[in-house]
Amino acid sequence: MYPITKREKLADKIYLMDVKAPRVARYCEPGQFVIVKIDETGERIPLTICDYDRTEGTITIVFQIVGASTERMAGLKEGDAFQDFVGPLGCASDLVHKETEELKKKKILFIAGGVGTAPVYPQVKWLHEHGVDCDVIMGARNKELLILEDAMRDVATNLYVATDDGSYGFHGTGTAQLKELYDKGIRYDHCVAIGPMIMMKFVCILTKELGIPTIVSMNPIMVDGTGMCGACRLLVGDEVKFACVDGPEFDGHLVDFDQAIKRQSQYKTEEGRAMLKLQEGDTHHGGCGNCE
Amino acid sequence: MDVLKKVPVREQEPLVRAANFDEVCLGYDEAEAVEEAARCLNCKNAQCVKGCPVSIDIPAFVSQIKEEKFEEAYQTISRSSALPAVCGRVCPQESQCEGRCIRGIKGDPVSIGKLERFAADWARSRGITPEAPEQKNGHKVAVIGSGPAGLTCAGDLAKMGYDVTIFEALHEAGGVLIYGIPEFRLPKQEVVAAEVENVKALGVKIETNVVIGQSVTIDELMEKEGFEAVFIGSGAGLPRFMGIPGEQALGVFSANEYLTRNNLMKAFLEGYDTPIKAGKKVIVVGGGNVAMDAARTAKRLGAEVHIVYRRSEAELPARVEEVHHAKEEGILFDLLQNPTEILVDEDGRVRGARVIRMELGEPDESGRRSPVEVPGSEYEIEADTVIMSLGTSPNPLISSTTSGLDTNRRKCIVASEEDGATSKAGVFAGGDAVTGAATVILAMGAGKAAAKGIDNYLKNTRTGS
Ligand SMILES: Cc1cc2nc3c(=O)[nH]c(=O)nc-3n(C[C@H](O)[C@H](O)[C@H](O)COP(=O)(O)OP(=O)(O)OC[C@H]3O[C@@H](n4cnc5c(N)ncnc54)[C@H](O)[C@@H]3O)c2cc1C
Ligand code: FES
Repeated sequence: MYPITKREKLADKIYLMDVKAPRVARYCEPGQFVIVKIDETGERIPLTICDYDRTEGTITIVFQIVGASTERMAGLKEGDAFQDFVGPLGCASDLVHKETEELKKKKILFIAGGVGTAPVYPQVKWLHEHGVDCDVIMGARNKELLILEDAMRDVATNLYVATDDGSYGFHGTGTAQLKELYDKGIRYDHCVAIGPMIMMKFVCILTKELGIPTIVSMNPIMVDGTGMCGACRLLVGDEVKFACVDGPEFDGHLVDFDQAIKRQSQYKTEEGRAMLKLQEGDTHHGGCGNCE
Repeated sequence: MDVLKKVPVREQEPLVRAANFDEVCLGYDEAEAVEEAARCLNCKNAQCVKGCPVSIDIPAFVSQIKEEKFEEAYQTISRSSALPAVCGRVCPQESQCEGRCIRGIKGDPVSIGKLERFAADWARSRGITPEAPEQKNGHKVAVIGSGPAGLTCAGDLAKMGYDVTIFEALHEAGGVLIYGIPEFRLPKQEVVAAEVENVKALGVKIETNVVIGQSVTIDELMEKEGFEAVFIGSGAGLPRFMGIPGEQALGVFSANEYLTRNNLMKAFLEGYDTPIKAGKKVIVVGGGNVAMDAARTAKRLGAEVHIVYRRSEAELPARVEEVHHAKEEGILFDLLQNPTEILVDEDGRVRGARVIRMELGEPDESGRRSPVEVPGSEYEIEADTVIMSLGTSPNPLISSTTSGLDTNRRKCIVASEEDGATSKAGVFAGGDAVTGAATVILAMGAGKAAAKGIDNYLKNTRTGS
């Protein structure tokens, strides 16, 4: 069992948890992920590692309620435990493997969308600790949904906050914020974008135009996370890649986002049904538009 | 009673079982087992034993059953096999022990597999476990993977007194026995979990949720965690796809994904969270055990199922019993055909497949006649789900993170057949990780050989240096 040592609600439907998993904490690096399973009947849910404490042996995860399983996860309290917690999975962020001196010569930008802010944080923190400067654009639908703003401000060189509805910071998406910075003459030569697939897609369309190499972190449907099932396969360039072992980070200009977005919706109705059943019990008999 | 005929085994009716996940074969009862055992000629120079990769003393346990000494029969098998209830159910007996049985020359061979299963089930239902190990010797060995190879190697080493820890990537032990082979062929709780418990009862520790090469490497296990030797039994889990257009469409799955969702994650049971898209009309591409399992699973989930296989019936690599059961359950076999494209609708979902007819040409390197396309014979079939069951290859996670471990061009770990030794000192390997996808019993045979190899190696390093 893997006990939850801390639980915090960061925003509406967004939660942070520290989980004791010494084997994972010992060797994990920014960019990697874990798979958690609540109990016997639970799904295997992949989540990016948001922070780690090697001495305490804990891993920080942040998740948003998007379906029945994450809803159930949000119900766990401090002191409860996950039955399974496996990792670190996937490859570490490629920044981690670059020479610090080389990184210092680059103008690096992170664009974080929604709950994607959480996995961006450890990378920015890692660069900060290694004396490398980087800017961060943080986007959310509205002010209430912004997370980890203060923590990010401590480690980012410049932090730009954007909200879709303009309730805080720049009025518009993270992509629009980048365009504005570019128009003001600010230049970057490396970009990392993490967030919903649709957001990463639009960031990549822009950065391709602007000629900024861009890394994205893909979060397709997964089952095992070890390369065994192929559920997580993506087209990158003309090659089929398994996000769980070849990724999760890929060259964003080569990823086929339209197909990835479709594949992500594969179980939508099944999940929607499970969610409604959880909320409404057996009283739900269709007609809501979520059921086929 | 005709001694040339085997005692028939009771099974669930095909039409009943095609709608449930309960075990198909019900096995022998005591009287039936004794009657079948009496057919054994008790050959002096028993050929059946030579056909068994773990050399079970078959004439001995069969005559013990005949004499109604069921517990002794179980202990006889246990001395050679850690997983008798599993092997009795999934071994390809027709090409091993039973294939060599003298009775089989004129009539049916003795049903050795069903008798093995009987002895194991009899013992389990009475809580009888294998004989306990000798004293511990304090030497630590790590085993990677809890499939048949790993469990066998760990069990044998524990019996020799070693302090063994199995590291398993998934959340449950058993390898393919848990995630691949379906419930209706191999009950998970009743049979697999019970056999895993028996291995634990020998003192073996099992740490689940540890992916070697990710959570920790073999080098670290040996240098930092005090393991003096390592056995790699990580299987061949990497699924292959055909590389044809449309394969990324929604509704195309690897057999591994389809089976894992259903078996390991229990998608077929009410109350489990993992979803499965069962499909209404399903095409399964391939002809092995995995294809049969995927097809029969889809059938039970309510689909009409076609197996599309590029050779003819004679070349189907699946166990004879599985093909027979699949047909009885109403699975349709589209033989000598091969998909060339998955057809996709405007939403990106599967709507069918373009299929070409094949004919058999010259034998290829596997000795089977190789299929060749019949020009101009392409046609379309409708389907909403395609399950690719084209075989698997070993996962490179371990080989790519272990220094000095050689692999061949098929990504298989190079290891000696005799004792499992690899190119790296102290590291042994066996099972599908070495051979590529094969069988449960061959993996067990390799695990057994490696246990002896590790014992010799550790004895030599202790006295040698
Ligand atoms: C659907 C299906 C049906 C089959 N039917 C039959 C049959 O009827 N009869 C028969 O004889 N054979 C059958 N086979 C083949 C048989 O199951 C395999 O040959 C056998 O299980 C191989 O055993 P193994 O121990 O080498 O590997 P596996 O059973 O594959 O076990 C390997 C284990 O290692 C774990 N692992 C992998 N990588 C790592 C890592 N890096 N760290 C930690 N753990 C790791 C895996 O999670 C897995 O649990 C079937 C296979 C499938 C898929
Ligand atoms: S999640 Fe199964 S292969 Fe990636």
